[in-house]
Amino acid sequence: MKLTLRVWRQKGPSDEGRFETYDVPDANEHMSFLEMLDVVNESLIADNHDPIAFDHDCREGICGMCGIVINGRPHGPKKHTTTCQLHMRNFSDGDEITVEPWRANAFPVVKDLVVNRSAFDRIIEAGGYVSAATGSAPEANSLPVPKADADLAMDAAACIGCGACVAACPNGAAQLFTSAKVGHLGLLPQGQAERWSRVVAMVERMEEFFGSCTNYGECEQACPKGISVNFIARMNREYLKAKFKDGRKLARGALGDE
Amino acid sequence: MKLESRAPTGPLADKWNSHRFNVKLVAPQNRRKFDIIVVGTGLAGASAAATLGEAGYNVKSFCFQDSPRRAHSIAAQGGINAAKNYRNDGDSVHRLFYDTIKGGDYRAREANVHRLAEISVQIIDQCVAQGVPFAREYSGLLDNRSFGGAQVSRTFYARGQTGQQLELGAYQALARQVEAGTVDLYTRHEMLELVVTEGRAAGIVVRDLVTGEITSHSAHAVVLATGGYTNVFFLSTGAKGCNTTAIWRAHRKGALFANPCYTQIHPTCIPVSGDYQSKLTLMSESLRNDGRIWVPKDANDRRSPGTIPESERDYYLERIYPSFANLVPRDVASRAAKRMVDAGFGVGDLKNGVYLDFGTAISRLGRATIEARYGNLFEMYANITGEDPYAVPMRIYPAPHYTMGGLWVDYNLMSNLPGLYVIGEANFSDHGANRLGASALMQGLADGYFVLPATISEYLAGQLGQPSPDPAGSAFKEAEGAVRERVGRLLGIKGSRSVDWFHRRLGRTLWEHCGMGRNADGLKTALADIGSLREEFWNDVRVLGDGESLNQSLEKAGRVADFMELGELLCQDALHREESCGGHFREEHQTPDGEAMRDDENFAYVAAWEFKGEGKPAELHKEELEFEYVHPSQRSYK
Ligand SMILES: Cc1cc2nc3c(=O)[nH]c(=O)nc-3n(C[C@H](O)[C@H](O)[C@H](O)COP(=O)(O)OP(=O)(O)OC[C@H]3O[C@@H](n4cnc5c(N)ncnc54)[C@H](O)[C@@H]3O)c2cc1C
Ligand code: FES
Repeated sequence: MKLTLRVWRQKGPSDEGRFETYDVPDANEHMSFLEMLDVVNESLIADNHDPIAFDHDCREGICGMCGIVINGRPHGPKKHTTTCQLHMRNFSDGDEITVEPWRANAFPVVKDLVVNRSAFDRIIEAGGYVSAATGSAPEANSLPVPKADADLAMDAAACIGCGACVAACPNGAAQLFTSAKVGHLGLLPQGQAERWSRVVAMVERMEEFFGSCTNYGECEQACPKGISVNFIARMNREYLKAKFKDGRKLARGALGDE
Repeated sequence: MKLESRAPTGPLADKWNSHRFNVKLVAPQNRRKFDIIVVGTGLAGASAAATLGEAGYNVKSFCFQDSPRRAHSIAAQGGINAAKNYRNDGDSVHRLFYDTIKGGDYRAREANVHRLAEISVQIIDQCVAQGVPFAREYSGLLDNRSFGGAQVSRTFYARGQTGQQLELGAYQALARQVEAGTVDLYTRHEMLELVVTEGRAAGIVVRDLVTGEITSHSAHAVVLATGGYTNVFFLSTGAKGCNTTAIWRAHRKGALFANPCYTQIHPTCIPVSGDYQSKLTLMSESLRNDGRIWVPKDANDRRSPGTIPESERDYYLERIYPSFANLVPRDVASRAAKRMVDAGFGVGDLKNGVYLDFGTAISRLGRATIEARYGNLFEMYANITGEDPYAVPMRIYPAPHYTMGGLWVDYNLMSNLPGLYVIGEANFSDHGANRLGASALMQGLADGYFVLPATISEYLAGQLGQPSPDPAGSAFKEAEGAVRERVGRLLGIKGSRSVDWFHRRLGRTLWEHCGMGRNADGLKTALADIGSLREEFWNDVRVLGDGESLNQSLEKAGRVADFMELGELLCQDALHREESCGGHFREEHQTPDGEAMRDDENFAYVAAWEFKGEGKPAELHKEELEFEYVHPSQRSYK
């Protein structure tokens, strides 16, 4: 198939950036979107033009490294699919495709389609863990976890941290990402000791970097792993509940469950 | 050079315990006086950095991705082994030890493997405590599945995303230490040189991939946890960024490279579809629990698979290996598939695959059960091929997947360079000549959470009172200079061919001559071809742009240059090992029915190679393997 690409090119964080147009004379339906970009890059290099920079690593839809806005939609037209897993059979001969980086205040552009998502790491650092030091764990089966809780926790834990939710949100909010981790750990018995301090610390760290959520729900639509906005509602409830709890105990990070 | 494994003496089951007692310790209040560099944030690196940080050491953690969570461990699908015996099916530490030694075709160190089996049970406890959402039964207790090379069910899993969940557990433990201030994080940084002073590892030189800045970091000890080198084949199941640069640079500085030719070709991957192919996608081994592998009995049968009657299908693994059937180890399954395709029985338009069929399982268990077990894998298959695996059997073919070889380490996981530790897939590890499924995650986490944190003090204790080396010292300046010179050289060639062009060529040569089947003539051809390709590369590669900003071609160029040197060593090792064992199959050495034929008399050793200069043959050092508890025999899965 023949395609025309309009690709965002930006030399660096302080460069203004602009669209450039490239013809793709022979894309094949079995190629992934990134393999199609590889082919474009090979021809750019052959013509002595700087290849298009884009992030990627696993190319299996799991590392969360790739992320391109394709025709206005993070990760493109196919639901529950990362850019690397999007195959060209989802496009038609003659299509013009617009290719842009994630656009969000918290994710500044590094170059072309590459952005800096380290604000996500900062949210996890604020409390996205169970503080179980190595060696201190009890026998694994000593604490049964109801299958339904384990399954729901896994639904949340499936987040790949790609940032599509933020890119899709008109406010550039990170509620879906944050609530997925709050939900994952909060649903498990192992996560209870820090349940309330975790949600407060993570939400407050998130607010330092990201916009606020006004319930558009675009994030769920864009999420390649289909993470549900119900986790956002759950996080909001937990946050409020935590705030009503004993402030002194909360400050010591030791509220516990009630 | 005499290679000392430093494996403790005494009864096998007591070795690790008594070793831990004998290791010198660093007292808690002294730990903050030590700086430790950990390169890599996969299961091995993240678990090590987190645990060392918790212990109180000053840790610096490096990775080339934009977040530590994206290390390639995240892509592991199927599961992690542990000798919990929750199924009451006869498992034990000793059985896991035995299966691993046998699966590795008797080319691993007994003491290490036993330790790994012992620690396996603690790993599951640790991960559950961190909130890893392993699959559970309705009782709320942990579920298990079966993997190849074992007759017990000991594999723990989290849907088809076990690696992701274990990686996130380790990443979160690391994040906790970053917040606590014990670990400094350097993302989008690539290690390009190891610095050695007075024969000891003193630090590393890194390039900031965003700004191009080249800086030095010094420490009392350097830990490499930089993963495997399967991307030497270009097409592999590895992530695109997987590379050999960190361990290759260390090898050039004197660290021995052990068993480079032990590479694992995974039997169940999606076959190549065209020239533009950038990687191969694994379909987890767990699928062999329920999938049956077959080809049509008639090589010219072009009917669609559903219309081929049972009696005209050859379930060749079930036929040849009745007791392990579809769950034979990977090397055995891969070679069997290759034999079928080479003999013309391949399926698909390119006749380059075999069927993995879930028809029987779906009619026995129902679609919903299969969906719950493998839903995400089926979805991935459908995305990539455009075919529905619930309706049509999957097409699969072997692909490079894992590297058992790596830097040589002793029982403490220290290389022959004092102060340089190597953990996870980057070391030559505990898997001998073939790794069993679900054992890499186990090894990475054993190394990082439990082994290294217990053994590193043996070395550090001797350095108490000494500051870490001066990063402005001459060895560091020299190493930085070498990195700058190399970056400048790559940018200055301005040749006519892209980096990928060279990488694909290298991969094709290795796949053809040093892949699933190897012979002396082919290996000699490959050695000559790679030598001239390397020369061509340094004269004709085209790397555009500059070194002062994000330049992905430049990153790739450095990695491919190292892969070419490694490719030569791989062939040299494969050529010298005149036997077949595990993943290393020398066509000259096979049994009458085509199975690998070892030569224990002459080759029961670890081949550890010393770098002697670019394009020059490396020098061989041997660590003899002694088997006290398991008697090496011809592996049989029939
Ligand atoms: C598709 C797939 C599925 C798998 N499934 C399973 C499974 O089900 N069970 C199982 O047991 N095993 C499985 N494996 C194998 C297993 O995933 C790996 O062996 C293991 O995760 C390797 O972990 P690691 O920590 O050693 O390295 P990795 O996870 O590869 O991490 C390497 C780290 O090193 C860093 N790094 C590398 N080079 C440099 C450099 N020069 N400078 C700075 N940083 C650098 C990277 O940034 C990264 O952080 C699978 C492998 C693949 C490819
Ligand atoms: S490259 Fe890993 S998710 Fe796309």
